[in-house]
Amino acid sequence: MLYFSKWKAIAILAACAIIGLMIVPSLLSTAAYDSLPGFLQRKIVLGLDLQGGSYIVLQVEQAEVRKGRLEQLRDDARRVLRDAKVGYSGLNIEGDSVQVRIREGQDVESALTALRGLAQPIGGPLATTGQLDTDVARDGSLITLTPSSAGVQARTIQAVSQSIEIIRKRIDQLGTTEPSIQRQGADRIQVQVPGLQDPSRLKALLGQTAKLSFRLVDTTMSAQQALQGRPPAGTQVLTSDGNPPVPYLIEDRVLVAGEDLTDAQPSFDPQTREPVVTFRFNTNGARRFAEATQANVGRPFAIILDNKVISAPVIREPILGGSGQISGSFTVQEANDLAILLRAGALPVPLQVVEERTVGPGLGADSIRSGIIASIVGAVAVAVFMIATYGVFGVIAVVAVAVNVSMIMGLLAMLGATLTLPGIAGVVLTVGIAVDSNVLIYERIREEARAGRSAISAIDAGFSRALSTILDSNITTFIAAAVLFYVGSGPVRGFAITFGIGIMTTVFTAFTLTRLMVALWVRWRRPQHVPI
Amino acid sequence: MRLLRIVPDDTKFDFIRFRRISFPISALLSILALGAFLTLGLNFGIDFKGGTLLEVRYANNTLNMADVRSKLEALDLGEVQIQEIGSDGEVLIRVAQQPGGESAQQAVVGKVKAALGEGVEYRRVEVVGPRVSQELLSYGIVGMMLAVLCILIYLWFRFEWQFALGASIANFHDIVLTIGFMAIFQIDFDLTSVAALLTILGYSLNDTIVIYDRIREMLRRYKKMPTEDLLNQSINSTLSRSVITHVTVTLALLALVLFGGRAIHSFSITMLFGVVLVGTYTSIFIASPLLIYLGVTTRTLAEKEDKTANPRAERAAP
Repeated sequence: MLYFSKWKAIAILAACAIIGLMIVPSLLSTAAYDSLPGFLQRKIVLGLDLQGGSYIVLQVEQAEVRKGRLEQLRDDARRVLRDAKVGYSGLNIEGDSVQVRIREGQDVESALTALRGLAQPIGGPLATTGQLDTDVARDGSLITLTPSSAGVQARTIQAVSQSIEIIRKRIDQLGTTEPSIQRQGADRIQVQVPGLQDPSRLKALLGQTAKLSFRLVDTTMSAQQALQGRPPAGTQVLTSDGNPPVPYLIEDRVLVAGEDLTDAQPSFDPQTREPVVTFRFNTNGARRFAEATQANVGRPFAIILDNKVISAPVIREPILGGSGQISGSFTVQEANDLAILLRAGALPVPLQVVEERTVGPGLGADSIRSGIIASIVGAVAVAVFMIATYGVFGVIAVVAVAVNVSMIMGLLAMLGATLTLPGIAGVVLTVGIAVDSNVLIYERIREEARAGRSAISAIDAGFSRALSTILDSNITTFIAAAVLFYVGSGPVRGFAITFGIGIMTTVFTAFTLTRLMVALWVRWRRPQHVPI
Repeated sequence: MRLLRIVPDDTKFDFIRFRRISFPISALLSILALGAFLTLGLNFGIDFKGGTLLEVRYANNTLNMADVRSKLEALDLGEVQIQEIGSDGEVLIRVAQQPGGESAQQAVVGKVKAALGEGVEYRRVEVVGPRVSQELLSYGIVGMMLAVLCILIYLWFRFEWQFALGASIANFHDIVLTIGFMAIFQIDFDLTSVAALLTILGYSLNDTIVIYDRIREMLRRYKKMPTEDLLNQSINSTLSRSVITHVTVTLALLALVLFGGRAIHSFSITMLFGVVLVGTYTSIFIASPLLIYLGVTTRTLAEKEDKTANPRAERAAP
C-alpha cells in the first residue's frame, strides 16, 4: 500500500496541482482574465445571492395556448368552408371546441373533408407518431373541432422555445452582462439577470406580449353608446392605459401589425419635446399603411399594444414614407422600453410571472463576506484541532484538506458551475467530513499498532482497512447529494453541487494524496513507532 | 509534543445494555417530536407557502418600527409579519399569499414599495406564486423519499438486509427528531431546510455505516463471540474516531452558525442539531443495538458467505 513508483507520485501531485490551480483564473482581475488563452477562461460563476440580481420564472399558460388555438381554428374553419362554398351557421367556440352547423345535408361530407384538412400531425408533417393535433367529430349536421391535449402540449413547448428567443432579444437590449435564460420543465422559462437591481423593469419587459397593431377607430357611434348598447359587428371597445381609462370603439380589422415593423427607436418629438418611439415598416407594411391612410384621411386610427390603446391620432394626410411615430406621454424609459419590445417582436402567448427573487448588491456583498469569514474560521479551527490531535499526521491531514478545498473550487471553475451561499456551506461541511476520512485512517493505524504490529506494517494495514470504509460511507452520502441535485432547484442545487464534488475530491485525496504524503514521510523518517 | 487524546485507548463501555434506557428515551422523544409537528406545525417559509418576502434596510437609524407597521397595516394585505433583524435598521417583511392567483402576488411588491416610500434600500425581494410553492413542497417530499429509497437499495446490496433496515429505522428517527426540533423552535422551513434534512440523513448514515462496517468485519473474524459483546466491541473500537470526527464537524458547523450570516442561519442551526446531537447518538445507541432485534448473528453472515462461495452445493441440497 505504501509503495509509490516515481511516475505515480508525479501523476498524483500533477493531478492535484492542475485541478487545484484551475481556481486561479477566478481570482484574477477582469483584464488579466480576458488576456488568458481561451482554454483557461473558466471561472466560478457567483450565484445571484452572492452578487445581487434578479431571478424570474415565467410560465406559458396552457389555457392561453388552447384559447389561441381555438381562435385560430375558428378563423381557419370560416376560411375553408367559404373556399369549399359550404353554407353554415353558428360557427362558434363552445367550451374547449369549435362548433359549426352545416345547412345542407349533402354538403356535410365535403365540409368534413375540408375541416379534416385543418388537423395537422403533431410534430410537423414529417413526424411519425400519426397523432393529429385536432379531433374532428360529426353529429348529424353539427361538426365539432377539438384541439387534442397532445396537440396543445406540443404547441406549448413550441411557444416556450419561441418565447425564449424573444426574451433573449429583449434582455440583450438591457445591456447587462451574462443573463441566463433557460427552459424549465415543459412550460416554464427561468430568467436570471445578475446585477440587475430593479426587477420591476425586467417584469415590465417580460410581462408584456407586445402585440402591436394599427386599426381604424369606428366613429359611427361613440364608445359610450357602444358600451351601453351593442357595438357594431366587427368592432370592439378597447380602453387606453391612462387613469381614468378612455374607451375607444375599434375595428377588428388590422391595418398593419407589429410583424411588419423593421425598426423602432426612442427619440424626441421635435415640436412637443416629448419622448416618442419612431418606427419603420417593411415594404409590405409600408404599402398597406399607405393604402389604408390614403383611403381614410380625416378619420382617427388607433395604435394598440396588447389590447390597450396607446394613442388614437387623426390621419391628416396619407403616410407614404413607411415610417411614423408613436406618442403617448411616455417617460424616457418607457419610450426606450417600448422601442425594445417592438424591435424584439411579440411573444406568441402571454407569460405569467410565477416566481421572483431579487437580491440587492449590498446583501450579496455581505453574504460573500460572512461566507468567507465562516470558511476561514471553520478551516482554522479544524486545522488546529487536527494538529493538536495527530501532530505530524495532523499536518498531513490539513494539507490534504486544503488541497481538497482548492480542488473543489477548481472543479467548480472547470464546470462553470455557480457558487451560491448554500454552496459555501457545502464546502465548509466538506471540510468537516473530509477530515473524517483522515481520522478513519489514523485511528485504524493506531489500532493496528496497539495490536502489536510494527510501525510500517500498522500504517500499511491502517490504510488498506480504512479505505473500504471510506468508500462505503462516502458513496451513501454521495447518493443523498445526487438526489438533492436531481430534485432540487435554486439553493438546494447549489448546495448539492459543491457537496457532491466535495465527496468525490475527498475520496480521491484520501486514496492518493494522503497516502502519498504518509508514504513519503515513512521513507524519510523510517519510524520505529507510530507517532499518533 | 504531547498529543491531545479525548478518548482513552481501551474503552469498554457497555453501549448495548444502555439500549434499555436509550430506546424508551428515543421513543418518547419521537412521540414528542411528532406531537410538536402535529400541534405546532412547521413554520413554512414562502418557498412552500407562497407569498412575498422583503428585506428592507433603513439607513442611519431612520427605522421607526411603529411607522413601518402602521404603513403596512393600512395596505390591508391580510397576514403581514414585520420583524426587526440585526441592529442595522433592517426589517424583514413577510406577506401571506394573496387571494387571486399569480398576478395578485406580484402586485404586493409594488404596493409595499409605494407605502414605504423613498429612502429605503431593498436588499432582498422574493415572490413565490401558489403553483410554484405547491410544486416545491411536493418535490421536496418526493426528493426525501427517493433519497431514502436509493440509499436503502445500496445498503441492501452492500450489506445484508438487516443492516439496511436498521440504518433506515435509525435515519427515520433522526428525521423525525429534527422535524420536531424545527417545529418546537419554529425555525423557518424552506428549500434550504430540505437540503439540511437530506444532509443530516446522508451524514447520519455515513456515521452509521462506519460502525456497521466494523460490525461486519468483527462478525467475520469472531464467529463464536456473543452478539452483544461483538456490538459493544465494535462501537468501542470506533469510538475514538466517532468523537474526533464529530468535534471537527461541530467546529465547521459552529463557524457557519456564528459567522455564516443570516441567509443560512436556519440551515446551519438545523444541521448542527441534526448532525451533532441526533446523528451521533443514533448511530451508537439506536442503529447498532437495533441489529440484535433484527437478528444479526455470526450465523446469518456465515450462511450468506456459504451461498456466495458455493451456490451449487446449496442447490444440490434437498
